[in-house]
Amino acid sequence: MTAYIVRRLALMVPVAFLVTIGVFMLIHLTPGDPALILLGEDRSPQAIAAIHHRLGLDQPLYIQYLVWLGQIVHLDLGRSVTTHQPVTIAIGERLPATFELGAVALIWSLLVAIPLGTIAAVRRGSLADRIATGFTVGGVSIPNFFIGIVLIFVLSVSLRLFPFGGYVPFNQDPYQNLRHIVLPAIALGTAGAAINMRFTRSSMIEVLNLDFIRTARAKGASWQRVVFIHALKNALIPVVTIIGLQVGGIIEGAVVTETVFTWPGVGRLAVESILNRDYTVVQGIVLLAAFSFMFANLLVDLVYGWLDPRISYA
Amino acid sequence: MSSTPATTLSPSGSPSPLQGRGLGRGARQNILKFGRTHLAVTFALALVALLFLVALLAPFISPHDPIAVVANDAYLRPLSPGHLLGTDELGRDLLSRALWGARVSLPVAFVAVAVGLFAGGLIGLVSGYWGGIIDLLLMRLIDALLAFPGLILAIAIVAALGPGLRNAMIAIGIVAIPTYARLVRALVLQLKQMEFITATRSLGATAPRLILRHLIPNLLNPIIVQVSLSAGFAILAEATLSFLGLGATVPTPDWGQMINSGATFLANDPWLAIVPGAAISLTVYSFNFLGDSLRDALDPRLRS
Repeated sequence: MTAYIVRRLALMVPVAFLVTIGVFMLIHLTPGDPALILLGEDRSPQAIAAIHHRLGLDQPLYIQYLVWLGQIVHLDLGRSVTTHQPVTIAIGERLPATFELGAVALIWSLLVAIPLGTIAAVRRGSLADRIATGFTVGGVSIPNFFIGIVLIFVLSVSLRLFPFGGYVPFNQDPYQNLRHIVLPAIALGTAGAAINMRFTRSSMIEVLNLDFIRTARAKGASWQRVVFIHALKNALIPVVTIIGLQVGGIIEGAVVTETVFTWPGVGRLAVESILNRDYTVVQGIVLLAAFSFMFANLLVDLVYGWLDPRISYA
Repeated sequence: MSSTPATTLSPSGSPSPLQGRGLGRGARQNILKFGRTHLAVTFALALVALLFLVALLAPFISPHDPIAVVANDAYLRPLSPGHLLGTDELGRDLLSRALWGARVSLPVAFVAVAVGLFAGGLIGLVSGYWGGIIDLLLMRLIDALLAFPGLILAIAIVAALGPGLRNAMIAIGIVAIPTYARLVRALVLQLKQMEFITATRSLGATAPRLILRHLIPNLLNPIIVQVSLSAGFAILAEATLSFLGLGATVPTPDWGQMINSGATFLANDPWLAIVPGAAISLTVYSFNFLGDSLRDALDPRLRS
């Protein structure tokens, strides 16, 4: 196992390097000179040169990359071009809201996916199975921003059950916090619910056909016990993989949902920064998204082996 | 926005009814038989064909000019005389804009999938066929691309290249590259082990001949499935980018952009967002359904 972890980490190093090069190049591909954005009115050649010197832009590209790499190793992602706030602080301030939304969305997706997937697998071919399967194809086909807008229209504008956007911190008013999170969490979690349901269903079908299920039934265990205790535990192993990847991709999902519901998280910060041409912030968020996704992949691989001892890491 | 893995090879490497070796009478009959036995595929194909037809014929079947502003006709409700689905805040006919939207979305998806398929397929083919150090290097590059969540990568590329439909197309195409590279590589590795490839090689077939005549025809089934699934993803991604203001710009009749502007008028005129939303959902559903049903039909392991 240790050898496997070391090998996985060793494979990650070149990939991580390539990722940093890609993210670094992002800013250098960008049309327009950052000095011009910073300067505003005074655009004399001397002023531009001074900014270039201050930002290190007069250095060769590989030196700029190495300096930047040195900074990110020390968790220094530079300063926002527009607000001059350190990027790590700008992102750090927005992360809790994104985590909260992601966590509630995940809980919602599992509450829908696991029971529906199990029922669909147990009653294969029934009406319930067809409805559930239809939901999976629909869930991945409807854009989450459209789900969000329909939710706002029905539950917020028409029935006035929930606010249509905004955020109240949990420690300020827990009740209002929950009221504000319901719609964005449903919008964000529905696609995940569809995918998780599909995995639960197919994995459950596979497990239900295994010998140990027949043995458990022959032993006299009730059908409910066999399904929910014996089979589900085993069927959920592949589902864990996909959930892990969803947790790693939390920022990706948040981009759109946070924009629809004016939720002050990292995803909305990304969109605002792109529209404001604040490329240091964009760079920071893209880097964070890529690294969290990579680590989630690694963790999923390791947890998978721990959950299912049949998987060998030799 | 992850795409589902595509189908696996048939162990016999037998040609499928969809592999076009010139459409002779036999091939035509095979396709007809395939269509009759796999009704889900036929239905999904009909849906997709209908969408392409709408895109192609939009200038002829749209009742109005999709970008013509008629201030007096603003905010007409659906079923108004002359405007079946009503009009938007600038008096533009919603049905015409929705129909023209297909003309924006489908070509974007087509180009993006072509970029992904060509670049990814080539990388996968080279990597799988030659192996060794080339494979190691190319696969690390693919791993690096896969390290980014799809939408984040697309957004980052659009941020770097600048917003706009053309750059959105390129970005979505780049996001699709790893899927094809990995798929083609895995299939080539699997095929290389098969006896007919060894036999062909021992008969003296050159690498280009082996690739073009023997490998590529056997890759077609899984690739067709993946193309259909990634077309769905591409349409969804394009709509998302345009919704965020990073793709199509005003006044292009783009579905994502229409939802973005329609969302402002949700309280009184919800159809301004609902019509384009339904159009995107139906289009993506059609491609996903086609991909899924093709996979079920073509994968010998799922056939039972």
